[in-house]
Amino acid sequence: MPHPGMDWQSFRVSLQLAGMTLLILLPIAVLIGRALALRDFRGKGFAEALVALPLLLPPTVVGFYLLQGFGRNSAAGAWFESVTGHLLAFSFEGLVVASVLVNLPFAVQPIQRAWEAIPRNLNEAAANCGMTPLRAFTRVELPLAWPGVVTALALTFAHTLGEFGVVLMVGGSIPGETRTLAISIYDRVQAFDDHSAGIMAATLLIFSLVALGLTNSLARLTARRNAR
Amino acid sequence: MPADVDLGADIAELVVEARQQGPIPLDLAFSCRGGERVALFGPSGGGKTTVLRTIAGLYQPTFARVVLGGAVWTDTASGIRVPVHRRRCALMFQDYALFPHMTARQNIQAAMGDQSRDTRERRVAELLTLTELTDFAERRPEELSGGQRQRVALARAVARDPAVLLLDEPFSAIDRRVRVALYDQLARLSLAVYGPVILVTHDFNEVVRLCDRLIVLDHGRVVAQGAVHELASRSDIPQLAAYFDPGAVMDVRIVEHRADRQLTRLAFASGELWAPLMEIAIGAEVRIRIPAREVTLALRPVEDVSTHNCLAVTVAAIDAAVDPALALIRLSIGDQFLLAQVTRDAVSRLQLSPGRAVYALVKSVAVLPRAT
Repeated sequence: MPHPGMDWQSFRVSLQLAGMTLLILLPIAVLIGRALALRDFRGKGFAEALVALPLLLPPTVVGFYLLQGFGRNSAAGAWFESVTGHLLAFSFEGLVVASVLVNLPFAVQPIQRAWEAIPRNLNEAAANCGMTPLRAFTRVELPLAWPGVVTALALTFAHTLGEFGVVLMVGGSIPGETRTLAISIYDRVQAFDDHSAGIMAATLLIFSLVALGLTNSLARLTARRNAR
Repeated sequence: MPADVDLGADIAELVVEARQQGPIPLDLAFSCRGGERVALFGPSGGGKTTVLRTIAGLYQPTFARVVLGGAVWTDTASGIRVPVHRRRCALMFQDYALFPHMTARQNIQAAMGDQSRDTRERRVAELLTLTELTDFAERRPEELSGGQRQRVALARAVARDPAVLLLDEPFSAIDRRVRVALYDQLARLSLAVYGPVILVTHDFNEVVRLCDRLIVLDHGRVVAQGAVHELASRSDIPQLAAYFDPGAVMDVRIVEHRADRQLTRLAFASGELWAPLMEIAIGAEVRIRIPAREVTLALRPVEDVSTHNCLAVTVAAIDAAVDPALALIRLSIGDQFLLAQVTRDAVSRLQLSPGRAVYALVKSVAVLPRAT
């Protein structure tokens, strides 16, 4: 291949992956982060360590175990194949599952901190004001924890766009399916096509910067509106 | 008490029982009638806040029973625990616990969930007016002064239209000068509460001004309870002695203002007293407190002294257990009581004993208008 330049297909896969990850991960992260912040239970330290694990393990280790878990020999892998007819490994769905797991600490930790920062008696006050738990969640907890949720969103988004190791291990590099922009850049560099790699790297750089900047301004805006 | 209030008292009676070993030891039972204003008084760590939290359902002791007019809120024996948000019970938190992301108006509205938009807005406007917060309605808690925040918290508690109103040291963070105005607001707002209003406080003047009955808690037990008048004159309750000097509390009527002498005449069933001129309408009922150390005893009526009040009284009891050097003399005047603090030496010099007629010189009278 000479100089294909910008690989829009990989860009689309990257965005889809980031979007799907956010969609699935944010509600899960709010549930887990909130529970870790508000509840005391046996094995809480262990649960926190489990969530943080992807932070310290090399992507290859995570990728290896996920591959084992996604394979035909595991219960989950076999179940997925029987339902969809194709393997979880080396599929977009497999990539989403991997991405959700790998991003868990990036989403859970800021959300947990945000919930921990809400004074305990505000929850009590909300209940005492007659708010149902759901109403207290939407009217009091979520507005107060909002900056943490946005941080989680931004970190997850940025991290998904930038994730390389796990995606390479679990997804391979199937065009239009599992080849993300980060993988595409790597492939181009391997092929000594610095020109295309450069264009894509710059695109990713600018896009990430703009996306993060927008998220942060949006967060500040909503936080202010919530406050009023 | 008028008959119609008595009728309502049954359906609004609050019964509280709580027992546990730890972490906060509790072993108490009491009940409050509808419309009654009750003070929970006692040393820190005595369980006052825990009792309020138990009533509100925010805390569950090992054994607890909370019943309002037959509706069981908590009963550990039968596993009943009505969720906090379904109890018509408002707790005003000691640190107010206002929602920091909401304005004063929104904070008050937050407690009015189910009502229609129109009703809510009308009621909020009403509460803002009552608490003199209309000009600050759009400010957030961080932009309000301590007193304003206290009023938002009070308005929010009342906004829920509670059957039981619980106040945890509502005035502890408020400047003393501002408190008196707030007492009246509290009294006015709490009229809408058909059940009891229970107030935790460390300030005995607050008790005298606001409450009908006093419950003294220590180490999770009720060590004394009764009408404010009665407990105010007792010297045998160490938990009370730590917070105020014993003295008499009397309900009196204002009968005459003498601007020329800068004095006001107060009357009670069996006598009258002079107090410094005050700006309260003639005919008004006020509560006064006469600390025991402001009363001097004499065997004959004394005329050539600066003290205005000289009352003929009878020694009812002598309590010498207060202090090695001092004794507390309980004096009866009609059906009321006065207390005098004198030295033990004076007791033997004047040969004071129960039944002896003496004269009480009352140096100062603290007038504590009932909050209305």
